[in-house]
Amino acid sequence: MSEHTTYQPTNGVEKWLDDRLPVVRFAKEHLMDFPTPKNLNYWWTFGAILAVMLVVQIVTGIVLAMHYSPHVSLAFDSVEHIRRDVNGGRIIQGVHAVGASMFFAAVYIHIGRNLYFGSYKAPREILYIIGVLIFVLMMATAFMGYVLPWGQMSFWAATVITNIFSAIPVLGDPVLQLLRGGFSVDNATLNRFFSLHYLLPFVIAALVALHIWALHVPGNNNPIGVEVKSSRDTVSFHPYYTMKDLFAIVVFFIPFAWFVFFAPDILGHPDNYVMANSQVTPAHIVPEWYFLPFYAILRAIDFNILFIDSKLGGVIFFGGSIVVLFFLPWLDRSPVRSGSFRPMFKWFYWIFIANFVLLAYLGAAPAEGIYVILAKISTAYYFAYFLIILPLLSRIETPLPLPVSISDSVLGKAHS
Amino acid sequence: MTVANQADLAKHETTEGTRRDFLYVATGAVGAVAVAGIAWPLINQLNPDASTLALATIEYDVSAVEEGQTVTIKWRGLPVFVRHRTAAEIEEARAVPLGDLKDPETDEQRTREGHEQWLIMVANCTHLGCVPTGEAGDFDGWFCPCHGSHYDTAGRIRKGPAPKNLVVPPYEFVSDALVQIG
Repeated sequence: MSEHTTYQPTNGVEKWLDDRLPVVRFAKEHLMDFPTPKNLNYWWTFGAILAVMLVVQIVTGIVLAMHYSPHVSLAFDSVEHIRRDVNGGRIIQGVHAVGASMFFAAVYIHIGRNLYFGSYKAPREILYIIGVLIFVLMMATAFMGYVLPWGQMSFWAATVITNIFSAIPVLGDPVLQLLRGGFSVDNATLNRFFSLHYLLPFVIAALVALHIWALHVPGNNNPIGVEVKSSRDTVSFHPYYTMKDLFAIVVFFIPFAWFVFFAPDILGHPDNYVMANSQVTPAHIVPEWYFLPFYAILRAIDFNILFIDSKLGGVIFFGGSIVVLFFLPWLDRSPVRSGSFRPMFKWFYWIFIANFVLLAYLGAAPAEGIYVILAKISTAYYFAYFLIILPLLSRIETPLPLPVSISDSVLGKAHS
Repeated sequence: MTVANQADLAKHETTEGTRRDFLYVATGAVGAVAVAGIAWPLINQLNPDASTLALATIEYDVSAVEEGQTVTIKWRGLPVFVRHRTAAEIEEARAVPLGDLKDPETDEQRTREGHEQWLIMVANCTHLGCVPTGEAGDFDGWFCPCHGSHYDTAGRIRKGPAPKNLVVPPYEFVSDALVQIG
């Protein structure tokens, strides 16, 4: 679609600019006239919602950094200072903290849409892989941000997560000390986390630019997964999707605002209002809700696998649960993108989603009894979905007949 | 260009490296070394600094710790358990056959001769570093609430995801009551 040119400079100034730095042309072609499939549903608005969330987090974060002190003896109090003394600080801090949760809620829906409609398939593999990279960086950023208030949960999250690296054979301990800047999580750790927490969102922003670039080469996937065939299949991005996205953003902001104004702490843990103490671990530590499924996978491996001990095994599965996503375009070989036309895939997809929610539930449950067994079964299904079910389905499944084009599908014409 | 000149040119473009190729490779190699040399201090600054390393050794007077009591002290920023074990606990730890252990170590290997009642260990679970709860779990020792690891009365891992026994730091008894850790 990049060959699509609609821009004509209308006056001398625009013409002069267009010959030197064609920003107006770029904006017109990519933000306004970009041909977009006309059948995109509301699941496709989460890209725009995520872009807005990144801006919200960066803006509130920059403001919070003006009042925050990244030192072990001051950090906890400075966050309370922001919430109590700084003008509007209660809301700004609330927006940033709740914003992290909303950001993850949106990204999970965005990924879920991608998995259902096969948006990861050719020719969008790079677009998809950049997306997974953004997700990984989001997790790193959110984790380091959670450490900054220096409460008990902050401290023990930092301890447990950095300890994951100690599972690396031979190099584990030196790497752990390098990451922490000490023998335990301490001031050096807090300082570097603050530095990196400030840096990474800008790296994410750069990747978002690449993500959109990679999107604008093949153009959007769509709910039927049939590529755009003619201009009858598309509408211009502006005003059709700018308005649709804007409406979705407004709707998304309603629960966001509810949390910020009425329950800013409901997604957090009371233990994080106790200042960090390296001598005592809270009785029940759990990560933020958006890490729970992966945390459940980490905990599920409590047995040795051949020569790999349980700790390294847990870390391998934990890392593997993300790494497997990078290979998804080559694991699912079915030529049909949209799950709507894949009768068998549909079932396994919804079981996968239910299983992911179950993993989140198990991640928050104590590590005992039935929960331990369920976590193992759930972990097995998570991996089986990618490594066994999808490759197998692409061989045995007979997809439903696809519509000839987006236009035909929208007009309700019969299948070919 | 004459035919002879082209032949000359072809001779120069054989697979044999020229002096100029050598200079390119040598310059590239020196450049790579320089980049690594500059990168190292930028990575090494992440390592523990001098003030952190200076706190590597501490002394602690154990005489105030009653039998059956555990005190948590701080060494290198890490919590350390100093446990005054009861006779029953020592007996329980010694009665365990080594075959039952995930990380086999005798009770004697984990204590100092003549001071067997003292169990001194880094109080971080060897799984992911939480501080286990004392006198708890299935083996009367410690239980880590984070991921469910059970340790016995000698701090040895018995059940759960932790791979190793609780770490015994380097320490020695300077006198009967004074212990130097680190």
